[in-house]
Amino acid sequence: MTDATDWPFANPVLTASGCGGTGRDLAAYGDLAALGGFVTRSVTRLARPGSQPPRLVESPSGLVNAIGLQNPGAEAFLQDELAPLVETGAVVVVSIAGHSLGEYAELARTVGRAAGVTAVEVNLSAPDPVGSGLFDAREPFQAASVIGSCRRDLRAGVVLLAKIRSDVSRASETARAVLDAGADAVVVGNALPAAMPDGRAGGLSGPAIRPQTLRCVAEVVRALPGATVVGCGGIMDAADARAYLDAGARAVQIGTALFHDPTTAFRIARELAPGIAATGPATGEDA
Amino acid sequence: MTAVPEQGHAPVHVTAELLAAKTVGAYHHLSLVAPDVGERSRPGSFLAVSVGDAHLARRAFWVHRVGPMGGHRAVVEIVVEPRGSGSRALAALPVGARVTVTGPLGRPFALPREAARCLLVGEGYAAAALTTLAERLRERGCGVRMVLGGVDDAHVLEPLSARRSVGQVEVAAGDLTAAVLHSLPDSDVVYVAGTEATGRFVADAVSGMDLRCQVALERPLTCATGLCHGCPVPVLDDDGESHVVRACLDGPVFRAGRIDWAAL
Repeated sequence: MTDATDWPFANPVLTASGCGGTGRDLAAYGDLAALGGFVTRSVTRLARPGSQPPRLVESPSGLVNAIGLQNPGAEAFLQDELAPLVETGAVVVVSIAGHSLGEYAELARTVGRAAGVTAVEVNLSAPDPVGSGLFDAREPFQAASVIGSCRRDLRAGVVLLAKIRSDVSRASETARAVLDAGADAVVVGNALPAAMPDGRAGGLSGPAIRPQTLRCVAEVVRALPGATVVGCGGIMDAADARAYLDAGARAVQIGTALFHDPTTAFRIARELAPGIAATGPATGEDA
Repeated sequence: MTAVPEQGHAPVHVTAELLAAKTVGAYHHLSLVAPDVGERSRPGSFLAVSVGDAHLARRAFWVHRVGPMGGHRAVVEIVVEPRGSGSRALAALPVGARVTVTGPLGRPFALPREAARCLLVGEGYAAAALTTLAERLRERGCGVRMVLGGVDDAHVLEPLSARRSVGQVEVAAGDLTAAVLHSLPDSDVVYVAGTEATGRFVADAVSGMDLRCQVALERPLTCATGLCHGCPVPVLDDDGESHVVRACLDGPVFRAGRIDWAAL
């Protein structure tokens, strides 16, 4: 996707899936319409109650999470959560996760035709897909099958994002596969596979993984000139976001930083807004 | 199910200044100049503090008191028990230090519409959640009695000050269950703020009794703002079906009977 008119995100700063609540929660701290877009937590076909607590623990410069994809299921999401989110004025991206190819396709179809959905982000990078019961899309050909199925069933005009793992040895190959299969852009990065202190599977996110994800973004950009890439990993301030953009990403997603400071994405979006020159370090709490 | 704060009670995200700090028993009382947080707080509100960039998770504290101090209109007092690295760092902050604060957060206590006999059960630092509640209830003409617990005397929160504002205070360090049980029959409304075990005990004791009970439930919080889904609480619908809500948004105050204690 190289034509600027097709890219629906006016600002390069989006939220990362699973890090902005229902959207209305984040809207208490800023104007969602001022962001490039709001990405929902991953929606599955049926409701998921999520994991037993503890669900998040601190680790050096990061958080390990085992949320277990808690969400109300597609039907309840579309009925109860989507309209209030659209009302905020946000450019809405709905993340979907499926237990099978057919389920991914069904989700793309039902979510994509809902009013107010600008894009669908296909979650192909859960840190524990097998334990979560998701379709195992870790191999590039599997990821491509998912994207192909979603593309076929997605309403025309809805942007299709493929969120892939930041595995440096496979990221470029996976990115190529999902773009060939019909994704409009590839989102590189998600929480890295990790373990909770009690040994349960979880995902590590936050600044601890930023250099690792940045490396993957740089690799994908180098391998696939012209591909539209979104970087997602450990961004805490505008300088971090610029590092991704300088590496060739067209946009970035802010996740874990929102747990530390719910105003982070709004602040970075302001600082990166077109026409606003770099203003030095972000004015965070320690400024 | 999302709690939408009424206008004027919505949380703000501000830089606060530590105006005063004192040690009382096992706890550190911090007085924060946090613009608009105190003004917007209600009984049962809490706030979230950032403890520097090394700690990504927020630290949550009950709003203990709100009042004028040092020329400021609504200074917020919180009670910190230094237990982990974050709370120890907070307790060690020098006066004048700046911290980022988000608040007031959560769904507060509901007050009875008419004068009622109220029993307040507070345990450890969590009793801080009951301080402004007791004042509001007295203003409404409610009879207020309090049972204050804690693992030992140092962990019973300000019993003398509670006696001054409430009058009838029973201190039950170690085990507060007997004190609660003999106070229940003379109560219309019960408010609980303490450990999960105490909340569970009181909820169990009042089930089947003709009184209303609200529990301020403490869950491990990460963002405290509804974003991370890290504080799940299983609750029962009116039709008895269980589903999961977020303590920080849909709570932390719940009707005792709404919590699915068996699944918690």
